[in-house]
Amino acid sequence: MSWLQKLLPPKIKRAEGAHKSIPEGLWCKCPACESVLYSSDLEANQGVCPKCGHHHRLRARPRLDLLLDPEGRFEIGAEVIPVDALKFKDSKRYPDRLVAAQADTDESDALVVMQGAIKTLPLVIACFEFEFMGGSMGSVVGERFVRGVNCAIESQLPFVCITASGGARMQEGLFSLMQMAKTTAAVSLLAKHQLPFITLLTDPTMGGVSASFAFVGDVVIAEPGALIGFAGPRVIEQTVRETLPEGFQRAEFLLEKGAIDMIVDRRELRDKLASLLCLLQRLPALHA
Amino acid sequence: MKTTFLDFEQPIAELEAKIESLRFAQDDSAIDISEEIGRLDVKSQSLTKDIYAKLTPWQIAQVARHPQRPYTLDYIAHLFTDFEEMHGDRSYADDRAIVGGLARFNGQSVMVLGHQKGRDTKEKILRNFGMPRPEGYRKALRLMRLAEKFGIPVFTFVDTPGAYPGIDAEERGQSEAIGRNLLVMAELKVPLICTVIGEGGSGGALAIAVGDVLLMLQYATYSVISPEGCASILWKSQEKAGEAADAMAITATRLKTLGLIDRIVNEPLGGAHRDPRVMASALKKALQDALRMVTELSAAELVERRFERLMSYGKFKEQRVG
Repeated sequence: MSWLQKLLPPKIKRAEGAHKSIPEGLWCKCPACESVLYSSDLEANQGVCPKCGHHHRLRARPRLDLLLDPEGRFEIGAEVIPVDALKFKDSKRYPDRLVAAQADTDESDALVVMQGAIKTLPLVIACFEFEFMGGSMGSVVGERFVRGVNCAIESQLPFVCITASGGARMQEGLFSLMQMAKTTAAVSLLAKHQLPFITLLTDPTMGGVSASFAFVGDVVIAEPGALIGFAGPRVIEQTVRETLPEGFQRAEFLLEKGAIDMIVDRRELRDKLASLLCLLQRLPALHA
Repeated sequence: MKTTFLDFEQPIAELEAKIESLRFAQDDSAIDISEEIGRLDVKSQSLTKDIYAKLTPWQIAQVARHPQRPYTLDYIAHLFTDFEEMHGDRSYADDRAIVGGLARFNGQSVMVLGHQKGRDTKEKILRNFGMPRPEGYRKALRLMRLAEKFGIPVFTFVDTPGAYPGIDAEERGQSEAIGRNLLVMAELKVPLICTVIGEGGSGGALAIAVGDVLLMLQYATYSVISPEGCASILWKSQEKAGEAADAMAITATRLKTLGLIDRIVNEPLGGAHRDPRVMASALKKALQDALRMVTELSAAELVERRFERLMSYGKFKEQRVG
């Protein structure tokens, strides 16, 4: 135990131990550069390390708060809540896992959808909550996504989706696989109405979410350093029996391979999205 | 060809071995033991019936992966004529883990495509164990678009452990390839009839399985992750694959009850590999029925119906938000 830890009151020690995306303690350590940061500094910098620029994971609601104008926001699809269709049980029952995740995150499932505006440009935006069962996509995520798309179509608005997900939700079996087909089919409606569909892939975006609507966006953006791919690195390593190259499946690797349009620093994202939305909708440029 | 028996079929294997040795003895024996052989044959049949009546989901998964199970090309040979195999995605390569091409079904022009596994070691490697890379899905996409252009219905056959989890596959956009297929299949203007003939492994299966009718052979499986994969994540042990298979509802019967597939095509006693010809004719009849169901629909009706189907997937409840 270091002298610093000995000095800390017990409450702060506990907070440090809980592996939250942004720890609630006074200080936290950047996993990339190992600098010890004031949590408040990190938060003020949108969860981006002021020392090295590492993008820490963000919860869904704080992220939406950063992106959306404060006025005129409302949530879509919150009425849709999960059920245990298969009576699924591993070491824990699925309903118990849901209750635990709901208590931990204060969310009812892993997707938050809102209608709102970015720099006065109205849109519908969906954001994955990775802290809720790894942002896994089950029936509720699929249905909320579709309701979001429907709202966008009704009001003729662009649709943006921010992903952070380990993939499909195993506890919902084939229902979760079918959400890949469901969400992607919904995207085809946006195209029919000539409404822009932008995806922002954040750390991590894997499996069923990556292999459905994530890469069929009109513009595909990624956050710096985000892990994005179909199969998880461990599965690939076990299959091919070789060590993966440095930076494999990171946003920068995907950009180089031609899989995404751009990497955008979180602190510039609001401006960038506004600019893209204006361009796609043939609107005049916003003045700074 | 000699039948390969699975672990849980050992009692049948022993009986069949006995029958075989009696048949061999019969050839150079003066005593007529054909009656005894006949009696044992009946016994073997009823034993098979008993065992197959009580298969667990995990045992069904073994049947779905049986090394002698008919693969896509076997069904193509039995069900279609004038098969013209087509190759390549026009961008990178020809992925042999997916086969496809134009053919005739009862004389009518159709497009057929499906995952293809290999029989012997050399072919298994050539077919990459039925695990496609992005170019495989892009070949499938190209063939589906071609079918759409000429108003030709599409039949797909699903039999894969999953899309290939390899470095090259990731580099060339495995996710994009699968996602693109889901998007295009959702609005393809020709009938799409999909059949899970063996293993329906996750996104790699779904990428050619979005359609108007979804059939499943009796002992095929369809799941979001392999039972082994699920067990190693949720139970922290691959040994628990049986429990995972049970929990995830991967069999045709469970999926039919859940409303996720349209029809189960019954297999011959002991599985499709015991009598591929009988299996093929049962499947042919099911495919004819399926095609008849959607063939009268206009392109717009077809796409609308498919879209409604896709939107109906999922189980959740609704509550008032306060």
